[in-house]
Amino acid sequence: MATTNAARAGIVLSRLSKSYGNVHAVRSVDLAIAPGETVAILGPNGAGKTTTIEMVLGLTRPDSGTVTLFGKSPAQAVAAGAVGGMLQTGALVEYLSVRELVTMVASVYPRPLPVEQAMRLAGVTEFAERRTNKLSGGQTQRVRFAIALVSNPDLFMLDEPTAAVDVEGRREFWASIRAVAAEGKTVIFATHYLEEADAYADRIVLMARGRIVADGPATEIKAKVSGRIIRATIPVAGPAGPADTAPLAALPGVTNAERHGEAVILTCADSDLTLRALLSRFPAARDIEVAGAGIEEAFMALTADDNDDELEKVR
Amino acid sequence: MTYPVYLRYEVLRNFRNWRFLFLTLALPLVLYLLIGSVNRHVQFEHVAFPVYFMTAMATLGTMAAVISGCAIIATERATGWTRQMRITPLPARTYFRAKVVVGYLRALLTLVLLALAGTALGVRLPAQGWLTVLGLFLVGLIPFVVLGILLGHLIGADAAALATGGIVTLFALLGGVYGVQVATSGPVFQIIKALPSYWLVQAGKTALGGHDWPAEGWIVIAAWTVVLVPLAVRVYRRDTSRV
Repeated sequence: MATTNAARAGIVLSRLSKSYGNVHAVRSVDLAIAPGETVAILGPNGAGKTTTIEMVLGLTRPDSGTVTLFGKSPAQAVAAGAVGGMLQTGALVEYLSVRELVTMVASVYPRPLPVEQAMRLAGVTEFAERRTNKLSGGQTQRVRFAIALVSNPDLFMLDEPTAAVDVEGRREFWASIRAVAAEGKTVIFATHYLEEADAYADRIVLMARGRIVADGPATEIKAKVSGRIIRATIPVAGPAGPADTAPLAALPGVTNAERHGEAVILTCADSDLTLRALLSRFPAARDIEVAGAGIEEAFMALTADDNDDELEKVR
Repeated sequence: MTYPVYLRYEVLRNFRNWRFLFLTLALPLVLYLLIGSVNRHVQFEHVAFPVYFMTAMATLGTMAAVISGCAIIATERATGWTRQMRITPLPARTYFRAKVVVGYLRALLTLVLLALAGTALGVRLPAQGWLTVLGLFLVGLIPFVVLGILLGHLIGADAAALATGGIVTLFALLGGVYGVQVATSGPVFQIIKALPSYWLVQAGKTALGGHDWPAEGWIVIAAWTVVLVPLAVRVYRRDTSRV
């Protein structure tokens, strides 16, 4: 990980740790993000993403370690209006229209975007006059995004920003984020979707059990975690027995083989190679499906040697 | 910086919550109109009952009006809004000021409605009298405003409504709002005289003539304020975790 001067002026997390009782939510995390980077923090639930984000925002006090944002403490950066974002939970206050709410938040920032522009970018203009308690889940999420945009901060912190948003909404959301990033803003978002991290981040920081387990360009991380699974129906040939998986496990590129009667599941590091061999050695194979392995499985593989305490969910 | 836009929307959204506002204002007003009109020709403690009861209901109503702010704060915390605002540059000072202004506006509305109801029942006070009562109430309410904010950051949304009712009733009872003094001498009376609600009742009684608000009143209110404000600030600063 590059700790250049530029990164030092950006967001720097140094040996950051936080426990809740016996649960080590975040364990000695080091991370440097340069101004202008778009970084995805990717990990399953309980990986420590939200706790990390909250420490960066100054909402949670670390047990040890430090956070600096553009050379300032989180509290100083927040007070200077350098930070804006969407927390994971956060309903909107009631009895205001969308426009009034966005205006109210804009008024506390030193350099807000024009309210109309922020509302247009977030796609809330058409229900701008509606009261905040009369919105759907997706609309609420868009308003929360409008609030983040209108703040016009140097750093956008987005904790699972597209939860509850439909496909169309997601596309618009990420288009706006890209526009913001193109202006040189730093964007950090937490997600548990590899596709989202891969498509929209320059860099992916992979977290599991409170640690950073991988950190690098999106393509590199994707290759690391994108094992594939081949499912097929293969009739049991002869007296070998239904549980005999040895010939399957011996196929090139296979890391694990399971057989349940005729149903076969192969976990592969190189599914192309496996598939070619599978078809030549088991010509009776049918109903073949190739799918990306779930991110959860990928995390398990990456953190399998990390057994110094029990895996527990933080929230 | 004064953040006028933020303040404006804080006030607006609180006063648009008409159900909450109605429930806060209705109780003292309805009690006053019902009991006051039935007893409008009765003399109580040497003054006309409607005058006496107006000051009593003003004490009860304004206390409830400012303490009930805790329920709104507790709800904002429960929904995560408070945390959302904490990652903005909004200073804690401005946040508190807005809560205080909203509380006082609710109290002021309570006083105005009770004054109108009192006038309708034949209460006549010189302008000087109205202003004195108003001024003393604004001062006497300070500890209750702060208490509302403190509780709002300390307890959950469910407990807030109950706490409001319980605390208002207790303070009202001990302070002598209901026309019955638990004690008029001895150590219990000394304790009662250390309560801000006792002095709020005394503030109301300045309207009845022959009563004034001694230095002791100022001292008690100041002492409660000096204790509660740092406590509220501390609780607010600590209260950043997920609810």
